[in-house]
Order: sequence, then C-alpha cells, then structure tokens
Amino acid sequence: MNLLYVSPSPHTSSTMTTSRIMACVLVALMPTAIAGCLNFGLRAALVLFVSTASAVVYEGLCRVLMKREQTILDGSAAVTGLLLGLNLPATIPLWQVMIGSFTAIVLVKQLFGGLGQNFANPAIVGRIVMLISFSSAMTTWQAPHSDAVVSATPLVSGNASYWDLFLGNTAGCIGETCAAAILLGGLYLCLRGIVQPVIPAAFLGTAALCSLAAGDDPLYQLLAGGMLLGAVFMATDYVTTPVTTGGKVIFGIGCGLLTFVIRQYGGYPEGVSFAILLMNLVTPLIDRLTVVRPFGAVRQKQEAKDHA
Amino acid sequence: MKRCKGIYLSHRKHTAGAETERLPLPATVILPMSMHMGAPCRPMVAVGDSVMVGQQIGETTEAFSAPIHASVSGKVTAIQEHLCANGTKCPAVVIESDGNQTIHPACQPKELHTKEALIEAARNSGCVGLGGAGFPTHIKLSAQKPMDMLVVNAAECEPYLTSDCRQMMESTADCIAGIVMIMKLMSIARCRIGVENNKPAAIRRLAEACREHPEIEVIPLSSMYPQGAEKVLIYHTTGRVITEGTLPADHGVLLLNISTCAFLYQYTQTGIPLVERRVTVDGTAVRKPCNLLVPISTPVRLLLEYAEYDAAQMKRLLSGGPMMGLPLYSVDTPICKPNNGLLAMKELPAHKQTACIRCGRCMRACPMQLMPMALERAYAQKDRKALERYRVMLCMNCGCCSYVCPASRPLAATNQLAKSLLSGNERSNDL
Repeated sequence: MNLLYVSPSPHTSSTMTTSRIMACVLVALMPTAIAGCLNFGLRAALVLFVSTASAVVYEGLCRVLMKREQTILDGSAAVTGLLLGLNLPATIPLWQVMIGSFTAIVLVKQLFGGLGQNFANPAIVGRIVMLISFSSAMTTWQAPHSDAVVSATPLVSGNASYWDLFLGNTAGCIGETCAAAILLGGLYLCLRGIVQPVIPAAFLGTAALCSLAAGDDPLYQLLAGGMLLGAVFMATDYVTTPVTTGGKVIFGIGCGLLTFVIRQYGGYPEGVSFAILLMNLVTPLIDRLTVVRPFGAVRQKQEAKDHA
Repeated sequence: MKRCKGIYLSHRKHTAGAETERLPLPATVILPMSMHMGAPCRPMVAVGDSVMVGQQIGETTEAFSAPIHASVSGKVTAIQEHLCANGTKCPAVVIESDGNQTIHPACQPKELHTKEALIEAARNSGCVGLGGAGFPTHIKLSAQKPMDMLVVNAAECEPYLTSDCRQMMESTADCIAGIVMIMKLMSIARCRIGVENNKPAAIRRLAEACREHPEIEVIPLSSMYPQGAEKVLIYHTTGRVITEGTLPADHGVLLLNISTCAFLYQYTQTGIPLVERRVTVDGTAVRKPCNLLVPISTPVRLLLEYAEYDAAQMKRLLSGGPMMGLPLYSVDTPICKPNNGLLAMKELPAHKQTACIRCGRCMRACPMQLMPMALERAYAQKDRKALERYRVMLCMNCGCCSYVCPASRPLAATNQLAKSLLSGNERSNDL
C-alpha cells in the first residue's frame, strides 16, 4: 500500500504558470521584434540577441552567486532583455547594451530580491540609465531600410505619414516604430487574458486628450515615438503596476499626463520611460488608495475613526 | 445585477447519468462519534451489545452536534479512538454486521404539525447538511428570526460530484415533498431552488414537479464555481447580500441542501434516521465511476473496490470535491454523513511554488472580492490590523485564489491560517 499524499484544498489548479505567462509575452513581442529586424536589418537582430542573452546570463549568474534557486527558466529575464533591446536604436554599441541589461537585471531586479520584488520596471530603468549615460548613441537613429543615419525621430521631425508610422517605415528605436506589430502583440495578450486593456486604454486615451487640448494631432502623438510600445508592454508589467482596476486607471492616466507634460515642456523629446518610471514609484501608494471593498463588507466603527 | 466572481472549471460530471447502485453490505463499520461541526457524541453502547439499524448509539446535548445511529445491525465489537480526516480524534463504535439489516422498532413514521416538531425531528434524525459542510440542520431551523424565503442549494458546483444531481433525478417527488413540508411547518411563503445549468435534465424534472407549486421557483444558474457557496447562492437566487457578521436567517433566508430536504421528508415517512447516503465515486484512479448508496461509516476501501480503483497508481484520496474536499490519509476511513463524493487521483500537484508576480488573478477570481495577495503578505508579517482591514474573516476557503495562482502559492490555505491567527486559536506546529 503506497502512502497517500495530503495537502490543503484545492486539489487541482489551472494550467497557467508564471513561465507560461512569460512565454506568452515573448510570443506577443515577436511581431515587434521581427518588424524591427525587417526595418533596421541584421544589426537590429544582433542588438536584440545581445540584450536578451546578456539579461539571461546576468540572471543566472546572480542566482548562483546569491545561492538562490535558479530562475532563468521562468522567462522573466528574457522578457526584460528583449524589451530593453526593443527600446534601443539599432546602431547602439553592443557593450553599452550589456551595461543596460546589467542595470536592469542585476541592479533593479536581483538586488531587490528577484522576480516580483522590484519596485520599478527593470527594462525602463535600464533604458533611462543608458539614455543619460550614452545620450548621443541613444539618440542617433538609423533610417529604415538603409545605413543612413538621421538624427530625428518622427516625434521631432513631425513629418511622417500615418501609413509610415503604422508600418514602422520611420527612424526610431528597434521596437517602437511599427505600430501595427505592437497592436497585434497587445491584442494577443488581451485575448489570452494575460493583460487587461485598462492601463493602455487609460494611458493612450489621456495622452490623446491632452494633445488634442494642446492643439496637437493626437493620432500622430500616439503613433510616433515610444508611446505604444510603452503603453502596451511596459506599463502593463504586473510587478510594478497597481493590481486593482481602479488603480490601473489612475496609473494609466498618470502615465498619459506625464508623457504629455515631458513631451510638451521637457528637455527630452521623449517622455514615455520617465512617465512610466515615475508612476512605478507611486504604485504602492495607488494600491493603498484603491483597496476593493469585499462583498458584504460593513465599514466598522474603528475604521471610520481611523479614517477621520 | 452584478454577479459574484468565480472560476469556470471543467465539470467532469462523468457520473451524471449513472443510476445509483446499492453497495453490498460491509462486514464491519466504524462509526466515528464526530460527523458534524460540534463536539463529538458519547457512545451509548458497550462492547458485546446487539444493535439494530437506526438505533441511536451516540448521544449529545451540545447545540452544534447531532446524534449518531447504527447504520448496520449486528454486534458492537470495539469502542476505540479514531483519527478523523481533519486531524482531530474522537471515539468510534465498531459494529460487526449480521447481514440482516434489522430495523429498530423505534423507527416509525412521524406526523409533524408544528415548527417545534420539525426541529425535534431534524435533531432526532441525526440530520446534518448533506452538501459537504456537516452543519446540523436543527440549528438552521431553530433560528429565532422571521424567515420568508427558503433557498434550496442544488447547485453542486464542485467538479465530478453528481450525488445531488442523482437525488433530483431519482427522487424528485421526495425533494419537492420535503420542500413543501419545510415551507409549511416553518411558515415560509416562497422557495427558490438554485441549480447549475450543467444539469438540464434535473432542472426539467424539478420544474415539472413544481408545476402545482407556484411558490417554488427553479432557478438555473451559470455553471461557475463556487455557485453553491452560501453567500453566492443566496445573492444569485434572491439578490440578498449576507453582510459581514450576519447569518442568512438575519436576512430572512433559510438555506438547505436539496438532499437534506429530501432526507427530512423520507424520515417522516419511514422514521429511519440518517444511516445511509449517496456518494459519487470518481477520479483518475477509478476505472468505473459510479454513484453508490452506502451505510454511513462504510470503509471507503469498499467503495473504491466497487469502482475498480487502481490501488497501485492512487496517490491522493479526497473526501468531497477537488476544490474543497478533505484529503484522506487511509482507505480504511469511514464514509461520514456530509461526505458527498470520493475521488481517487493518480496525479500529484504538478507545479512548484514560485514568487508572487502581483498579476491580480487571485483578486479577480475571489467571489468575496478579497485581495488574497495582500492577505498573504499581511499574514507573513503577522499584521493583525491589515488582516482585519482586508477582511480575511470573509474568506470561505473556496480555493479559487489558489486554483488560478500562476505561482502556485497556497493562498486559500494561508487565509485559513490567518483566520486562526485572528480568532486566537492558532495551533503550534508540534501536532
């Protein structure tokens, strides 16, 4: 007679695991990565490979050095690395890419305890550190389908057609130019139930309203620059964004407002990463403000006093 | 109306069409003196005594306990200590069957005319809620509140289980007669029967039987787990919200399981107390899933053997459904009164626990709209204030949060630990 296994209920579980979620995100990023490689050539593929591979290697080394359980197979490091790569120009020197992914994985993620413990989006911080440290390399863009170097993205030049923006036929970071690919990936994530469209909708909606009020072309503002990539893939990171629907709305509106303010009045042409980082930092506060009222809960006297 | 949240599971109701079979009589039964919520009963018989079916062998004066009756006729061979599946110990009476199933002469049909008589009868019959929780029925009936609505739980939302479904199919008339009797004696004007829509045949049958009773409404509900949870079912059938710290009776609702209603009626007709019940036997380690009518306290081994289980492959044995069932530690455990299913499983939980990624799936699945990830954190820090603020006491352990967690964290189990921390009876680990 073999021994029977006893454990607390429930005795069954869904098949969704953290690694499957990460695999879905990687699949959703594929159209964007492929579009980036088609637009910017082999060099873009090399940047994506180096950023992804170095992120995975850093993660593995960190876990070994910290004597913690190995986590490279959960796929989160690959997602971070790929996202960072998509946020870089194709011409960036590879050693700089490695520094960026070191910042993301080692400094932002592992030193704070690994997956689930980081307070800011690792890929965003990696990108911001690179933008500040290597500002010329980070703002030198290659024109699509050629080796010619141009200095302005459509956000600055303001003269791209909607069709070019939609298909990614403009200068910019590897993953930010092709709106069609990003939207396709976002649609996949929503249909698979991996993300709720709340944050992207609030983010893009707010930014569109703001630019409309400021007399800009809202559609152009949404399509140009890194707003779509940020709203769909970076502002929907579970760990660094609020959990409740109300919290997600606040987060999205905050991102939209900050992006608009930085684009309009800031010294940088692009404000998406700063906006998301700032909202990451207030996420714990948003979470505290947006506690859901349980079904049938009665507000207690003591609590009413605490709030007064 | 806003609906409670929950999860959609594969129903696995393989035995929905399986006519109930009577299990051959067991040679011996072990009757634990605790098959209900409250304190165990005291054995009323001694070793060597002869007993008959329906004879009371366990007595109690505790409010939340119900008397226990012999389920076979024969001789008492031992009174021993018994380790229940929930980890507590209680006395148990071992009876060797004589194979005759002689019914005790005290078992006579009853005519009930008052509410008090119904409560008395429910208590004497040893009746506890047959849906799984084992709450003594007489306690529910004796609530000192005006009640105007009887909600009958026929949701049977756990996967695999079909014992209530078979009850509705095979003794529809008894179900309805029981409901009518309870409504009359309790002076309750209206009744709603909540059935999940994955039992269309049972719904049709009940609706037909209710044709002459316009006060009884059969309400098909979406097949969402946990549709049969007390607060969820009452909300979805009546729109009434059972608020924190209140009971259904405070909102004028009496909630009973459909099999409990049918049993109470059968008791008035035969006078035989709760000595047998219907059990669904299924699971991946069972070759012949079936519904069995068995004497209470039959060793589960006999049911498993009848269903041709694979003893070598079986890794887990559950009493009840896969979501809220209790794991059994031995095949010699007896079937208890609230035990509606027996599942033999080949598989062990496959996933390994990993870090919380704050995906919020637990929160979106919780029918009580709790925030399990916040509760888990608060419990880790033993933060009593936060546990109270996040209302951990509202958790009913339905298990939706643990089910959906992609990091396989035992969220529901943690909530139960947090509840005992708050109520001050946290057990130390030196069991």
